[in-house]
Amino acid sequence: MDFGFTVAAYAVATVLFVLSLGGLSGQESAKRAIWYGIAGMTVAVLAMLFGPGSGLWGLSLVLIALGGLVGWQLATRVQMTQMPELVAIMHSLVGLAAVLVGFNAHLEIGRVAEAFATASLPFPQPEGLMSVPAYELWRSLTDFAMIIGKKTAVEVTILRVELMIGIWIGAVTFTGSIIAYGKLAGRVDSAARKLPGGHALNASAAILSLVFAGLYLAYADSPGAAIFMLLMLTVLALFIGYHLIMGIGGADMPVVVSMLNSYSGWAAAAIGFSLGNELLIVVGALVGSSGAILSYIMCKAMNRSFISVILGGFGGTTGPAAEIEGEQIAINADGVATALNDADSVIIVPGYGMAVAQAQQSVSELTRKLRAKGKNVRFAIHPVAGRLPGHMNVLLAEAKVPYDIVLEMDEINEDFPDTDVVIVIGSNDIVNPAAQEDPNSPIAGMPVLEVWKAKQVFVSKRGQGTGYSGIENPLFYKDNTRMFYGDAKASVDSLLPMID
Amino acid sequence: MKVGALKEIKPGEARVALTPDSAAQIQKLGHDCFVESGAGQAAGFSDEVYEKAGVSVVKDARALCEAVDVVIKVREPEMDEIKALREGQTLISFFWPAQNEAMLEAAKAQGATVIAMDMVPRISRAQKMDALSSMANIAGYRAVIEAGNNFGRFFTGQVTAAGKVPPARVLVVGAGVAGLAAIGTSVSLGAITMAFDVRPEVAEQIESMGAEFVFLEFDEAATDGAETGGYAAPSSPEFREKQLEKFRELAPDVDIVITTALIPGRPAPKLWTEDMVQMMKPGSVIVDLAAEKGGNCDLTVADERLVTENGVIIVGYTDFPSRMATQSSTLYSTNIRHMLHDLTPDKDGVIKHNMEDDVIRGATVTHEGAITFPPPPPKVKAIAAKPKEKIKELTAEEKRAAEIAAFKAQTRQQVGLLAIGAALVLSVGLVAPEAFMRNFIIFVLAVFVGFQVIWKVSHSLHTPLMAVTNAISSIIIVGALLQIGSTSMLITVMAMLALFMAAVNIFGGFLVTRRMLAMFQKS
Repeated sequence: MDFGFTVAAYAVATVLFVLSLGGLSGQESAKRAIWYGIAGMTVAVLAMLFGPGSGLWGLSLVLIALGGLVGWQLATRVQMTQMPELVAIMHSLVGLAAVLVGFNAHLEIGRVAEAFATASLPFPQPEGLMSVPAYELWRSLTDFAMIIGKKTAVEVTILRVELMIGIWIGAVTFTGSIIAYGKLAGRVDSAARKLPGGHALNASAAILSLVFAGLYLAYADSPGAAIFMLLMLTVLALFIGYHLIMGIGGADMPVVVSMLNSYSGWAAAAIGFSLGNELLIVVGALVGSSGAILSYIMCKAMNRSFISVILGGFGGTTGPAAEIEGEQIAINADGVATALNDADSVIIVPGYGMAVAQAQQSVSELTRKLRAKGKNVRFAIHPVAGRLPGHMNVLLAEAKVPYDIVLEMDEINEDFPDTDVVIVIGSNDIVNPAAQEDPNSPIAGMPVLEVWKAKQVFVSKRGQGTGYSGIENPLFYKDNTRMFYGDAKASVDSLLPMID
Repeated sequence: MKVGALKEIKPGEARVALTPDSAAQIQKLGHDCFVESGAGQAAGFSDEVYEKAGVSVVKDARALCEAVDVVIKVREPEMDEIKALREGQTLISFFWPAQNEAMLEAAKAQGATVIAMDMVPRISRAQKMDALSSMANIAGYRAVIEAGNNFGRFFTGQVTAAGKVPPARVLVVGAGVAGLAAIGTSVSLGAITMAFDVRPEVAEQIESMGAEFVFLEFDEAATDGAETGGYAAPSSPEFREKQLEKFRELAPDVDIVITTALIPGRPAPKLWTEDMVQMMKPGSVIVDLAAEKGGNCDLTVADERLVTENGVIIVGYTDFPSRMATQSSTLYSTNIRHMLHDLTPDKDGVIKHNMEDDVIRGATVTHEGAITFPPPPPKVKAIAAKPKEKIKELTAEEKRAAEIAAFKAQTRQQVGLLAIGAALVLSVGLVAPEAFMRNFIIFVLAVFVGFQVIWKVSHSLHTPLMAVTNAISSIIIVGALLQIGSTSMLITVMAMLALFMAAVNIFGGFLVTRRMLAMFQKS
């Protein structure tokens, strides 16, 4: 089979993927971009089926169809509020696939070496032209083995390094994504937890990984020892992935998900190197860099060091947090409705609480009613509101809130002093004045929505406890703040009949 | 100190500056209260009630003035009353210092301190002692009641078995405190109420009271009411013409006109001319709250109710608050009580006349043998908030300099990053074989492309971006496809697993992204 066609298809697929990512710059072009992505993937898979992956293509098609069915079910059944979990768990699949492919590459090398050994030929082949028997043997190999067979000694070593990197990152992504999924779905405690030793444990695991990597290269010729070293490496990576994400608090999950997204891309790229497949390299690198930049943008939004996020575990507090004086004053639906009826301008600040309570439809209905009365209603979205970047935008879009009244933090922060009523629905840290006022707060310096500058603030919240991140919020104690306790959806629904 | 209320000597004035209730509050400040015998009679407070409240009743004005340190009353004092003051004594009452210069001189000559309740500045803090507002409120209410008293029909429209009654049409001119009170009363009685004011910013207040704002189309740089302490400023002749034209248009239809237009320190503007009165239907009523200052209506005669030849009744009373003496005394005495409260900050019965205080300084017209009128403008401007301060515009040069500096910093950063990146790539190239480097170059370029593309992605699309990159990252399927054809069973099985998982991811990722994107819509 001539692979020229396949490589040409790679080029087409790559261009389509780049267009797909770039098209997401605007709401309208994004609808087209998704089709570019789908087309790119189709081209890539078809090219592989007709090209180098032609072995067992019938089975491949069946497997793809099965996988597609499962994916379809997942995607159509999932609630929009569970999006973050779904994305996280799907990352783990990519990570695991990378690990499996990496191991396969290792096994394939062993098999090729064995084939050469049984023919009493040296492996890897010395540089220069192959001897005739070696060429004959090489011709009899299939697919990936053919690529390995013609490699020189240095190239084989590089190949081993590459596959180790692929496996390592893949394994970290796998356990990390599962933990992230657990935290997002509420199956794992969302607070930051570390085993005794903390960062040192991560560091020593990483160093041990390096040691095993070295040993793997040293014992590459004995199959038993090599596979043991590789397995040890994988176990260590799995542990790092687990411990890294366990050490990160729930509030930072948006960055974590984006970071894991990046990792899964790098794993694919590393595997691409070891398989010598340009498409994998290019697309893996695209995904890796885009995820990294997304994390970087989010880190900037939270005023955190990019490096410390990538490596996991955020800096702890440097001193005792300031004591908060005053009390939280509750208000009932009547009071909120009266204030809303009197207000000219309203800003709604949604957070994860809105997603949990599935309140977006009710919020949308409230918005429609207020707008029908000629009030200026807008939404203020913090870059890290929710559990995914842009999470709130997606939910509001689902509830048919027009996207031109949904504004970013920088666009709307100046408008709070002129706003009559701010409704905070289930968000906490992103409206925490301690970020600006208390240098000892764990979120000191993080840009926040300055809701307390508005004339009145209503906070819809389930109870008096601290939020997901466990940080006290002085906003709740301010004079112009009233607490509207209760489930977000029930609270907003109780307001609806009172808006006239 | 001793605080005593005089009996009003102006005929017909029924109000009193001290009520038993306010006396109780003033006593809490540490003062002793006195009242002239019979002072509260007309307002419904007998001497016995005062005595019960612990107030000493003094038999006449002379005795009271000798007994007390602070004299309080309602109306501006007459010359005899001023002559009775002594040095160091304080008088609190209405005074109208701008119109009563002779009185001011006399008070100065006596060495008395005079606090004029009409001079209390119009700032939020001083609202509790703003007697003008509290009296105007009563006047506005009473004006509607007087109008109803003279008007032969219902205010509200009714359809009865005995025939249909049209609702009364009321026009209120001037929407100050009195005007707004009149609007409120008239609306609540059921009349169709219209209101006019030269200050366009009060339109909202008028509408909030339930009346219709008579809109005048006129381009004039409106002076902000807040600048003049919430009062109207005189308007230009052109504006006045336009205004009268509008009134002529309305005159035949309205049944009741209540005019409240006053400009501080000037005679009342003539707004309801004789020809308008002639246009009105017989039985219509005009209540002129500005009668004391000459009246807004041409035909008004102060303190008189007259009927014109065409049967229009013009009420020119000047004593509306006094006609509700109990109510107005209660409110006025509360204003006085608040003033005393501010004058005795320590609540120890010692008056500290703090001339640094905006409110006290503003209201004081003579003090320690000197005339202190007019007061300096208050430090706090009335009512409306200040407009936002403008951000200082940078000059062209400053802007250019800033741009150049930013450009230089950016260049430095970019060149630095490029140099480091190039050095890294080159050092890798030194050791790695060519085949690897080929792939590596592709890798570097792809990273760069990803970097360039993602910066532009809009914030709201970050979640779809993540979902789509997640779907794309399942390109790992390519690796699985490469290996599935292997002759080793183990490898094939593992490749199958990888293939299956990647396929789940492809379909799941793209579908979810599509679901999300389909939701975004414009309003």
